[in-house]
Amino acid sequence: MNQTPSDKQCCKETEDRRSFQVRLSMFLSGVIGALIVLPGVGFVLAPIFKKTKQKWRTLGRVDDYQEGATVLVSFEDPSPEKWAGVTAKTAAWLRRVDKEKFIAFSINCRHLGCPVRWVEGPELFMCPCHGGVYYKDGTVAGGPPPEPLDRYQVRVRDGNVEIHTAAVPLTTTLTFDES
Amino acid sequence: MKKRRLKAAWDWFDDRIGFSECMMPYIAHTVPRDARWWYVFGSATLTAFIVQVATGICLAMAYVPGGDEAYESLRYITEEAQFGSLVRGMHAYGASAMVTLVVIHLMQVYLHATYKYPRELNWMTGVVLFFVVLGMAFTGQLLRWDANGVWSVFVATEMASRTPYIGPMISHFLLGGETVGGSTLTRFFAYHVFIMPGIIFAGVGLHLFLLFRHGVSEMPDPNQPVDPATYKEQYEKRLKETGVPFWPNAMWRDVVFSTLVVGIIVGCAAIFGPPALDASPDPASIHADPMPDWYFWWYFAVLSLLPPSYELWFILGVPIFGFLVLFCLPLFSNKGHRAPSKRPWAVGIIVAALASFVVLTIYGYREPWSPDFGVEELPTNVIGAEEGPVFEGGKLVHSKGCMYCHDINGYGGHRGPDLSNIGQQLTREDLIIRINNGGYNMPSFASSLNSEELSKIVDFLMTRIEDKGGSSKN
Ligand code: FES
Repeated sequence: MNQTPSDKQCCKETEDRRSFQVRLSMFLSGVIGALIVLPGVGFVLAPIFKKTKQKWRTLGRVDDYQEGATVLVSFEDPSPEKWAGVTAKTAAWLRRVDKEKFIAFSINCRHLGCPVRWVEGPELFMCPCHGGVYYKDGTVAGGPPPEPLDRYQVRVRDGNVEIHTAAVPLTTTLTFDES
Repeated sequence: MKKRRLKAAWDWFDDRIGFSECMMPYIAHTVPRDARWWYVFGSATLTAFIVQVATGICLAMAYVPGGDEAYESLRYITEEAQFGSLVRGMHAYGASAMVTLVVIHLMQVYLHATYKYPRELNWMTGVVLFFVVLGMAFTGQLLRWDANGVWSVFVATEMASRTPYIGPMISHFLLGGETVGGSTLTRFFAYHVFIMPGIIFAGVGLHLFLLFRHGVSEMPDPNQPVDPATYKEQYEKRLKETGVPFWPNAMWRDVVFSTLVVGIIVGCAAIFGPPALDASPDPASIHADPMPDWYFWWYFAVLSLLPPSYELWFILGVPIFGFLVLFCLPLFSNKGHRAPSKRPWAVGIIVAALASFVVLTIYGYREPWSPDFGVEELPTNVIGAEEGPVFEGGKLVHSKGCMYCHDINGYGGHRGPDLSNIGQQLTREDLIIRINNGGYNMPSFASSLNSEELSKIVDFLMTRIEDKGGSSKN
């Protein structure tokens, strides 16, 4: 290519302009990206910050439960999703201690969340996954669980047993039984 | 005549699209001739991935990612839809094939130190792909959305929640809320069907591009350590002398092996069918026995065998540390010997990894740490008495749950020690103390046995003496 002074002039100009064009395009691409991605990020992360309002659920009449017995009860999470179907269900081990007092243990093993089973004879909760065992009162009797079984709040209202729903008991979260 | 016209049509097309000009140089690029069968695993992994994409798309046409419907739609696919069982089977065996092949590929590349200069990024993209494949395997088993799938979510959530500070956040992100519910499955569906396959497509593209850019590595030669200053030049020179075109001289082996892989996938799917669905996905049903698919049994075993104080390090450490170590490997060692004979520790690591994988997998399958909920009662001839305290004690060891964990003459679980000869090993007093106080992972039974029951159990246990111990089941 022959380079004349006028050529150089033009090219210098173009270079200036080009660097502006580069910066403008990069900036605008960033804007486009942000506009596309941010609402989605918000949408996807929203459940982290949403606190579900927990509810009291009725488990039936007090007299349906035998004193001293530990039974499986199931109830519904306060899930706002109508389509959750069976997955909205959850369960607890409910024990009637005496006339008025009930205890409800979470079925989630505090090791990694597997469903523990109440075993009548030896009066233990046993976990099928990695062999976690809990005593009658939910304290750890053996195996890997680091913490006792979690408990739901239960109360008796007008002759009905009611249970307060709760989040999945993660080992790192605090227990949700304040009673 | 016809042939010539066909050729003219192809020439026109080829000229416009540039197949011979742009693609052929890649397809026919020169590769070392000595690799032979060693290098077929990468392409076979890709073939397995193609099986997964094809069958996955078909499954997605009938699968409904909804709380109730997922299980029902899978039942429909498996039991009613034409070819449904075959397609689902191919997807399941394809997953096993892909995991297996990606691991073999990784081990081969590690053993031959192909990750050294200039192929560091080939390795690093490969490591990312490897982890995404494991993620696909895990989310895939979960999408079955049977009892096992639901409880896998709980386990994944619990593991994630162990992360310091942000653990619960990650868990709630995974669940799409604070409990398993309507948003849980749809999220995992999106990971499995859009996000992770997207990463795999992009990653495979990059991985292949890098393969072409740096060329196929030679078989390691103890006399040719990698020196970044001269490697490329020498590699080019050697290729010029002895290389062969990839297509068809080397590629036919890939094609043969991939055919075998696809044949096995389809064959297994046709003969054995897809894995059976577990019970329906009710988080309120406690009669689930959650168990991952076979490729994670080793990890399942690790989680059971570890003392709790190390556990956190393992749950978080294995994935994170494992990833970092693998990913950064070429940054620490990118020159020097490639030959396994000069890298004995590399061979050692592979052997140790394989051995622990096999042992832990067997352990994970047998679950000896898990109480056996289905144990049968001891027959009278094993108890060795038809009435009296020994007989009643023999009944009590079943009803009080001793046998969930202890084997007695071939009956019972394997969590605790075998009691078939306990009468000789412990005295009466020791037995009482042990049962009352527990210890070594055994619960204390002081509160669930009254003294009468305890004494009957001990009476029975004192009769457990190996030689005259009656008939054994096994
Ligand atoms: S989840 Fe219960 S012992 Fe691991």
